Amino acid sequence: MSTKSDILARALGWVSLALGAAQLTAPRTVSRLSGVDDSRLAPTAVRIMGIRELMHAAVLLGSRRPAPWTWSRVAGDAMELALLGRAAAARTGRRRRRAVAATAAVSGITALDLAAALYASGPRGRRPMRLRASITVNRPREEVYAFWRDLENLPAFMLHLESVRAMGERRSRWRARSPLTDVEWEAEILDERPGELIAWESARGSMVTTSGSVRFADGPAGLGTVVHVTLDYRVPGGTVGTAVARMFGEHPEQQVRDDLRRFKQIMETGEVLVSEGSPEGVRALRQLRQRPAQPVGSPS
Amino acid sequence: MKATCYAGRNTVEVLDVPEPRILNAHDAVVRVTSTAICGSDLHLIDGYVPTVKKGDVIGHEFMGEVVEVGPEVANLSPGDRVVVPFPIACGRCFACAEGLYSICENSNPNAGMAEKLMGHAPAGIFGYSHMLGGFAGGQAEYARVPFADVGPIKIEDDLPDEKVLFLSDILPTAYMGAEMCDIQPGQTIAVWGAGPVGQLAVACAYLLGAGEVICVDRHPYRLDYARRAGARTLNYEQVDVLDALRDLTGGRGPDACIDAVGMEAHDPVPAMYGYDRIKQALRLESDRPYALREAIMACRNGGVVSVVGVYGGLVDKFPMGSLMNRSLTLRTGQCHVQRYMRPLLERIRAGEIDPSFVVSHRFPLREAAHGFQLFKDKQDDCNKVVLTP
Ligand SMILES: NC(=O)c1ccc[n+]([C@@H]2O[C@H](COP(=O)([O-])OP(=O)(O)OC[C@H]3O[C@@H](n4cnc5c(N)ncnc54)[C@H](O)[C@@H]3O)[C@@H](O)[C@H]2O)c1
Ligand SMILES: [Zn+2]
Ligand SMILES: [Zn+2]
Repeated sequence: MSTKSDILARALGWVSLALGAAQLTAPRTVSRLSGVDDSRLAPTAVRIMGIRELMHAAVLLGSRRPAPWTWSRVAGDAMELALLGRAAAARTGRRRRRAVAATAAVSGITALDLAAALYASGPRGRRPMRLRASITVNRPREEVYAFWRDLENLPAFMLHLESVRAMGERRSRWRARSPLTDVEWEAEILDERPGELIAWESARGSMVTTSGSVRFADGPAGLGTVVHVTLDYRVPGGTVGTAVARMFGEHPEQQVRDDLRRFKQIMETGEVLVSEGSPEGVRALRQLRQRPAQPVGSPS
Repeated sequence: MKATCYAGRNTVEVLDVPEPRILNAHDAVVRVTSTAICGSDLHLIDGYVPTVKKGDVIGHEFMGEVVEVGPEVANLSPGDRVVVPFPIACGRCFACAEGLYSICENSNPNAGMAEKLMGHAPAGIFGYSHMLGGFAGGQAEYARVPFADVGPIKIEDDLPDEKVLFLSDILPTAYMGAEMCDIQPGQTIAVWGAGPVGQLAVACAYLLGAGEVICVDRHPYRLDYARRAGARTLNYEQVDVLDALRDLTGGRGPDACIDAVGMEAHDPVPAMYGYDRIKQALRLESDRPYALREAIMACRNGGVVSVVGVYGGLVDKFPMGSLMNRSLTLRTGQCHVQRYMRPLLERIRAGEIDPSFVVSHRFPLREAAHGFQLFKDKQDDCNKVVLTP
């Protein structure tokens, strides 16, 4: 059965098809209309966008329940908006006016995409975000377990965590950075098996609903420890919050993988290695916006 | 301090940048006394290594004097003279434990970036893109050296810089290239590329028991260097390499082939060269694998193709059928330099090999841009440039 959001999604599929066809067959015209025809790379970029549009069209028109797929369009829109924004900022006169107009048009489409995607993730579609990652650490299981079980160690490698304070055997208070404000919640260890498993959940009525578990197993041939992490989140802003975070490069999945890499570094080498490209530490965001790899110089 | 910085495609500039300091407990800071330009740096300045940024300090072949050590570095102290290996490695992960230092699991803070392109991430490398760590390089007056308790090797006697500098990269690389060939006494080895790496690979193949080494390039002066290392040489602009190699090996082909050219190979057949050049310029293929294709086609049935030339992304028209049907073995990697430094230093001390023969030009660091130009354009018979800060 098609819902209202599926109908909107399908309409957006037709928009994608038309746009994609135009971008592929007349990339120069499209770049002129967007005010970027002075860039040598523009036709290629426009063609790539065209291919992307056609992919969206295929998915949106080909799927029986297309609405959830509109999130991929939202992400693509964000990319186009970013490119156009940069193009507009770098230009003057007629080209600038065209780039601004193109930006406005894409913004309108983004709003529709967002609406369709939000509809789709309405009450029925709202599931917690589940993240999973694993890593193999070259240290004995008991040691790896013990470091994690001391929850106050977590912020050393989980970069979104500001602090964790133990408040007794099983209860702890967590504080995390989010793009808007800091958030705090209390968590309770639900299950623990020394050397094997730690599972926790946020206390009822917390601002953040989250739960997680980490399992420890012997590595292949008894070498080291395999660590499996599962995290469930219902974040403020829900799916939108997650999508916005994704747009700004904070892929939550990569975030967790990077956290685990840092965990491994601490277990194996005793510290988190930094490089000149991001001396203040490495968040996924920093990997996208590196400073030049030049010495950091003395703190003054 | 002065340092060579990437300044956009085909340009490097020596700029004033801050002096490095200790950022991690396993760091040391080294005052650089000698540093060299590598063929790998050419791939980088030519724009074929993704995630290089304007302003990045480049250079990964360097040595010098320790001026400061972090609290976790017990084996070095200020004043020690050290050669620094180009891959950064922790010495404690599974890869390091196996001696596979260039795929260290803990030395690339931007592993997530490399993962997107390559599936899994290799180690960090000095001055060689953000995807490979975002570390400042060694063509500078001072350099910060992470995991200084693992990488740098102390030089305690008075061997001059030029005899030991290449322990940082090209000598171990050439040695590994020859070692991967699994040379049996008397075998014939062919080496594509008579650059410094190829020339040293010729010498190393003999050290490991080769009966004859054949080196392929087109620059007569570089082929001369290879001949001095003992090679028989082929100029691919004058002979058909596949035919010539068949003639020289009783029709079988060389027992093993070393690619010491990498992703910017030149192709004597203009149409093929044009094809790969255009695809590369359009970024439809990132690498021009001409030497690699030829090395595979030339290798004898059941032989080894050892690739030390650097590749960045995707290659096109890869002769997989030849590789598969003829039971060839393909081996490759960024060099696990840490594994080879000590034994090769011993060989240098014993006089079994002296890599300094590759040096053709010496400049002060501030003339790095000029050095790059000569080395890239093969002007003035440029073979290897050493810079002194
Ligand atoms: N694996 C490693 O750890 C490692 C370390 C250092 C260097 N390298 C790589 O080794 C390669 C060689 O380094 P170098 O410093 O000697 O570089 P170089 O640029 O000085 O030498 C390359 C040589 O290859 C020759 N060549 C080009 N096309 C050819 C072809 N089709 N057939 C035969 N020869 C051809 C060139 O004329 C040149 O003389 C580079 O790719 C470099 O990045 C790898
Ligand atoms: Zn090198
Ligand atoms: Zn390691």
